[in-house]
Amino acid sequence: MHFARVTGTVVCTAKVPSWRGQRLLLVQPTDPHGAPQGRTLVAIDLVSAAPGQRVFYVRGREAANALPDADNPADAAIVGIVDDVRAPASAPADSATGPPGGARRGPGAA
Amino acid sequence: MFLARVVGDVVATIKHPALEQRKLLLVQPLAGDGAPVGRPAIAVDSVDAGVGDHVLVVDEGNSAAQVLQRPRGPIRTVVVGVVDEVAGA
Repeated sequence: MHFARVTGTVVCTAKVPSWRGQRLLLVQPTDPHGAPQGRTLVAIDLVSAAPGQRVFYVRGREAANALPDADNPADAAIVGIVDDVRAPASAPADSATGPPGGARRGPGAA
Repeated sequence: MFLARVVGDVVATIKHPALEQRKLLLVQPLAGDGAPVGRPAIAVDSVDAGVGDHVLVVDEGNSAAQVLQRPRGPIRTVVVGVVDEVAGA
């Protein structure tokens, strides 16, 4: 699971039937401190998150498993709203810039 | 699986039911030489690890389900061991 900030909502009148009734949100992945990292994603919202909130999301097959019926094509799902991240300064959480091409990995990578 | 350092924890009141009562740790993946590499991830704890611990992490849904002893759900990243020593790195 990784951090993101909700930046908007996505409305699709025509969408796959297995997503009926589900909200789609636009999220900007971030590092643990909230700095944007990588490209914007569209994710299924399981926690009624709102634009501006810090959330965490799961990618890959496990995103589809987050819905009551796992037989759906979701590849990113918001599964929590961040209240707080407690990371002592002595253990820097952002000391790495990411793997080669890390921010550009395709769907399925988490 | 990968080696990581626990660098923090995450507090979330509102979360998917599969994550209820689970401790969420912030883990920084490590290279073979112990240097941080890649971006930190949020992992579910299964071994009572804490900040500063050197840990072993799985990042696959079926492994996670087995470790947590529950049906497959939205969890894929789980701390499954606290590393005592790595030889030959």
